[in-house]
Amino acid sequence: MQLGVPRESTPGERRVAATPETVKKLVKWGYSVVVEAGAGTGATIDDAAYEAAGATIDPDGNAAWGSDVVFKVNAPRAQAEGAHEVDRLKEGSTIVSLVFPVGKEDLLSRYAEKKVTAMALDQVPRISRAQKMDVLSSMANIAGYRAVIEASHHYAGFFAGQMTAAGRTRPAQVLVIGAGVAGLAAIAAARGLGAEVYAFDVRPAVKEQVESLGARFLLLDVAMEGGESTGGYANIMSDEFIAAEMALFREKAADVDIVITTALIPGKKAPTLYTADMVEIMKTGGVVVDLAAEQGGNCALTEPEKVVVKHGVTIIGYTDMTSRLAAHASQFFATNLTHLLDDMGRHEDFKVDLEDIVVRKALVAHEGEVTWPCPPEVEEKARVAAQPPKPQADASVEAHKPAPPVPESGMSSFGKGLITSVVGVAALFGIGLYAPPEFMQHFTVFVLSCFIGWQVIWNVSPALHTPLMSVTNAISGIIIVGGILQASSGAVDLATILGAVAVLVASINIAGGFLVTQRMLAMFRKGA
Amino acid sequence: MILEAQSLPTVLYVVAAVLFILSLGGLANQETARRGNIYGIVGMVLAIGATFLLGDFELWNGTAMTLIYGSVAIGGAIGAVLAARVAMTAMPELVAILHSFVGLAAVFVGWSSYLHPHGTETLSRAAQTVHLIEIWIGVFIGAITFTGSVVAWAKLNGKVSGKPLLLPNRHMINLAAVVGSLILVFPFIEMSHGAGGFSYFGFLLLLAMSGVAFGLGWHLVMAIGGADMPVVVSLLNSYSGWAAAAAGFMLSNDLLIVTGALVGSSGAILSYIMCNAMNRSIWNVVFGGFGTDGGGEPAQVGEAKSADDCNHTTAEEVAKAAKNAKSIVIVPGYGMAVARAQHLVKEFSGQMRKKGITVRYAIHPVAGRLPGHMNVLLAEAGVPYDTVLEMEEINDDLPETDLVLVIGANDIVNPGAETDPSSPIYGMPVLQVWKSTKVVVFKRSMRMGYAGVANELFFNENTDMLFGDAKDTVQAILNALSGKAAA
Repeated sequence: MQLGVPRESTPGERRVAATPETVKKLVKWGYSVVVEAGAGTGATIDDAAYEAAGATIDPDGNAAWGSDVVFKVNAPRAQAEGAHEVDRLKEGSTIVSLVFPVGKEDLLSRYAEKKVTAMALDQVPRISRAQKMDVLSSMANIAGYRAVIEASHHYAGFFAGQMTAAGRTRPAQVLVIGAGVAGLAAIAAARGLGAEVYAFDVRPAVKEQVESLGARFLLLDVAMEGGESTGGYANIMSDEFIAAEMALFREKAADVDIVITTALIPGKKAPTLYTADMVEIMKTGGVVVDLAAEQGGNCALTEPEKVVVKHGVTIIGYTDMTSRLAAHASQFFATNLTHLLDDMGRHEDFKVDLEDIVVRKALVAHEGEVTWPCPPEVEEKARVAAQPPKPQADASVEAHKPAPPVPESGMSSFGKGLITSVVGVAALFGIGLYAPPEFMQHFTVFVLSCFIGWQVIWNVSPALHTPLMSVTNAISGIIIVGGILQASSGAVDLATILGAVAVLVASINIAGGFLVTQRMLAMFRKGA
Repeated sequence: MILEAQSLPTVLYVVAAVLFILSLGGLANQETARRGNIYGIVGMVLAIGATFLLGDFELWNGTAMTLIYGSVAIGGAIGAVLAARVAMTAMPELVAILHSFVGLAAVFVGWSSYLHPHGTETLSRAAQTVHLIEIWIGVFIGAITFTGSVVAWAKLNGKVSGKPLLLPNRHMINLAAVVGSLILVFPFIEMSHGAGGFSYFGFLLLLAMSGVAFGLGWHLVMAIGGADMPVVVSLLNSYSGWAAAAAGFMLSNDLLIVTGALVGSSGAILSYIMCNAMNRSIWNVVFGGFGTDGGGEPAQVGEAKSADDCNHTTAEEVAKAAKNAKSIVIVPGYGMAVARAQHLVKEFSGQMRKKGITVRYAIHPVAGRLPGHMNVLLAEAGVPYDTVLEMEEINDDLPETDLVLVIGANDIVNPGAETDPSSPIYGMPVLQVWKSTKVVVFKRSMRMGYAGVANELFFNENTDMLFGDAKDTVQAILNALSGKAAA
């Protein structure tokens, strides 16, 4: 079978749907690969590299378009004089690309007319098995990274704080709104450049991920709603919540230098989260990067595809962030594509399996029919599969765990703790009333030592618990002190002899404990 | 400058106490651990030196000195020989017997302190009462520690059966012993006061109480099963600390109090960690007599199935599977310690690593008979500690592991702990080896683990059993790997 990679005709598109690495793989699977001349130019891949990988170069693109399987980045477009790129496809062939089928009924019906099988990469469900074909994630990662690079280009300052003889600057303050794949990538990139990063997301669950990247997670006073819908996207939130969110951004606006917004709701216009007055509050020289520009923008002043300066703030509305990192974006995109092909049976066994939920979800046209949107039962299946897998142990424990045997009195652990404390304090009080002062002095030492011991021991590595026991063995041989005091008290009588015996056994402990600990610790060594 | 005779020892005591704390703190990781031990030794030398200064110089006569030096020399020599001779597999026994020495020393110091009080003659009546109570408590804890540790030692090295000894009404016996000891303290105090701090009858009472406490210690540990020995040993570790602290109270010696408290909390934390790892409360371990109150009938799987129902394999096949694996996890258990197979296992993992296969070790917190026991054995064999992982660190990686070798472990890899609510070990965190691609279990027989629970793992599709002594079977695998035909 022949697999074609035409040149992208969308203006500004610099990515390509195959790289020499993936071509090599496709050839190995048995495809004869045809690449249109200049297809990789934007991604800095020349035709010779494709040829070296085993592809043939097609000067005018007709052969590439007319292949059995066509790999594209963007969906086919209308051409001059009423022509359409879909017409260049061969009947019965398969085309895989991004489609974003909402509002593209014309394209889908053209597919059906031409009887081609069309797969939309953007429709691949977000389930763990399909992660390796998830272009949206791989592209979002790139967009997030590039957003920071674009911001740094327009920002006239350092990201990392400087402390020099010529003065000092504080680190750039970066606010990332939406901590999805793109947001997290932006956080990591901004942190990497040395900025101080704040992040906000409606899903409290991502707090941990945000913090693991070294950013601070902004919390709302309003109770967080579980903002996660299926497939890892955020839900639409309540008015009260949005008001609180806005207040938070407004408060932060005066302080931040760079804002990166990444909030998308699938199939809907992007929510306006960063209003004109927030931009106004920002310092002159600030930068807003709106990664949702294509879907209308998160910032009210965004102009898609443009860089504008409003109230002294640069607002970047590029919709081609991934193309601005074309080489690696192409590499990821092409790899996602080959993974999809791998899932569909590579070459010999290539088939469109309607039972395969990944294939079915991505399929937008097949055998003369428009197959998008999916029937509800398929949607349902995808939704079930996309549920974040609960750790199995937890699930089973929750399901089977018998009622905890302890609280017969129905007392909370707090209540029990309270009672213990009260009893403890009362006991201390009692001791204080009757015990002689000298005892209290020793008692103070005792209680403090217990606390020190408690604090110190928790830090001991579990691997060293045996040495810990032997060293405490040796140390508790300190009872030798008692033995010495008793044995040294004058004439030899029963008391001194008992003391001497105590000294003897304690010495066994001290010598034995320390030496064996030494022996054990000498054995622990690190790998090369 | 005039040295205040009493100040110098106190300063030295403070330094010693700080060194002991640093010594324990040093164990936070392997790099600083050795330095920590040195701190401990220096602290001990300072403490003993300071105590010599503390003693009443006029009373230092030749006999007392000879007694002390002689005791230190003999004791030190015995300790050094023990430490040098002990096999790493026998560490639990050594630790247990060392605990008993602390307990015994505490008892002797207590008796001695009663016979010959140090400067307590001039104390007020209240202070004297406190002192007598301190002696009483110190001897009580010391005695329990002594016999308890001796029994633990005997159980660990097999001189006494690991089975719990469950006397009828055992809880009542324990209770009676404790209450009896408590009541005896009143006549003890009365007698002693009447006789100016010491009376022979009082001493007899003290001895009687010691006898009761000896019995209590013996009985408490006899009733605990072999599988719970890690908890018992850590608990006794804690007791030995409290005994030292109690001795500190009776001798008004702060260093003893500080050190005893450190050791006491250390043992308490270890016991707590062990109990958590087995999903049981400390009360359940100490008074449980495991298996008798596990709640419901144990799973009946074991009775229905026998060795015939599981997949058998040979050393050659395991060698082949190992060569084809990308990642291997080894789960050592007490069986490896018993067979002393750790050196061969290390040899195996070394060979695998040379072939570019990832080999890691997974240690369950209660594997072996002592907290951290497996780590010590693997360290002895020369396994780098950064390839030895704790349960939490490795459980997530097990599903991606091609081959898991379970060497002489049973309960810690039992899936029943997660799935079978009727199992006595239900709820105990376990190593989820069954999630890996393939499991090979090295076992001597189909005998149940210490917990006496059947293990569903052995009958799984992806589990193979390799029967035999771990040392022999691992040797056979090594032979197969090197191409030599198995003898």
